[in-house]
Amino acid sequence: MVDECDEPVVDEAQEHLRRALIADLDAGFADVVRAHEQVVYSVALRLSSLPADAEDLAAEAFLRAYRALRGYDAQRIQGLRLRPWLLTILRNAARNAARDASRRPGPPPAFEPAEELSAGPGVEQRVEQDHVQRELGMALGRLPETQRMAVVLRHVVGLPTSEVAEVLGCPDGTAKSHISRGLQRLRALLAERRPALLDGRTDR
Amino acid sequence: MMLNGADPIADALGALAAPPPTGLADKVFTAWLAAPSRLGEVFVAFTGHGVQFVRPAETLHGDIDAFAESYRDRFGRPLRPAARAPSGLLPTLRGRPATSLRLDLRGLSEFERDVLTATRRIPAGETRPYGWVAREAGRPRAVRAAGSVLARNPMPLLVPCHRVVRADGRLGDYMFGSAHKEKLLRDERVDLDEVVALARQGVHYLGSDTTGVVCFPTCHNARRIDPAHRHGFRSVGAAVAAGYRPCRTCRPAADATSA
Repeated sequence: MVDECDEPVVDEAQEHLRRALIADLDAGFADVVRAHEQVVYSVALRLSSLPADAEDLAAEAFLRAYRALRGYDAQRIQGLRLRPWLLTILRNAARNAARDASRRPGPPPAFEPAEELSAGPGVEQRVEQDHVQRELGMALGRLPETQRMAVVLRHVVGLPTSEVAEVLGCPDGTAKSHISRGLQRLRALLAERRPALLDGRTDR
Repeated sequence: MMLNGADPIADALGALAAPPPTGLADKVFTAWLAAPSRLGEVFVAFTGHGVQFVRPAETLHGDIDAFAESYRDRFGRPLRPAARAPSGLLPTLRGRPATSLRLDLRGLSEFERDVLTATRRIPAGETRPYGWVAREAGRPRAVRAAGSVLARNPMPLLVPCHRVVRADGRLGDYMFGSAHKEKLLRDERVDLDEVVALARQGVHYLGSDTTGVVCFPTCHNARRIDPAHRHGFRSVGAAVAAGYRPCRTCRPAADATSA
């Protein structure tokens, strides 16, 4: 998770990536993908119903980004904040995909085979943890799109609020309130089914 | 907003981050390599779905950057060097077609795909007219359109557009010049001189009076006909009227004319 104090390091890494893109677009883009694929994929997972869709969505977002970069001159690339820029493209790609999907009949519901677990210490905790994660993922899926995006960006991939605001295209203060309202709604959704998860939270 | 490990929801959310699948970058990047071929060295681009683009180094003055630029203009994807060649590519480029070779035809129109797929079925050492390709692609009247698709063939040699010729027996154009087309066909032992000589006599199809089958002159069935039993026809219609049936291998059109 990225804390605010990591920002100078991130800035330096981003500057390095921008220079690589300007020097050689394709080689630089390989570095950009390597540096961002975890964040982009983790967010894509929360915007897709199936892991395979998330992979396609993340790939589609990177391809859109590449096609845009081909038309940018050095000055434009120099001014890019790569991470929020990529996540904005991902968000738009997800919206397009959702719109296209709503025009077509949906696929049959996914059947996810239960993972086989060997007996042994820690298994119970793992089962419990998997349940919690699935529960949490489903609750996230029930948030309004903007709140879900805000919570995912801030808490799943740990973006600073300023970048969350950039992706949502709103002022920092508005992003903050999307994040906290999203969290509140998550708590309410989970309170019914997972009261244990809420124990020990720092309430205000 | 504090994240201090004391908020179980924030912690649980953080645990939802996941490592990307190893194949993600492969879905974004196209691999390229240089390989020997019947047209000299060629540059080849391929994705996980198969080969997408082939161009002779000679036509690009050996410049890989020129290849990369024309690839990107056409497909809009980034390139990176390949670790190794996809299955079947190297033998096919040298003239020994491998069935394991896969082509990536995504992004092409249905007609383009049909034209390329039909062309791919023409065996080495044989030729077919543009009209045959159009008909096999399901649009018999789109002869010119089929020619335009082949003039932009993304995968020459792998899709043997050099085997598609004019109905009048002449070779017609080739994307890298008709001299290359002639050389490729002669290397495959197509008897171009005979095809031209027959065409000059108005013969575009050959039939055998022992089998009662009529073929394109370069069809391997036509080449086996004993000269004493060989009959030339201007059109398939004329052959059918004389009691012949079109060959099931080379599939000359029943309604085709010599034009």
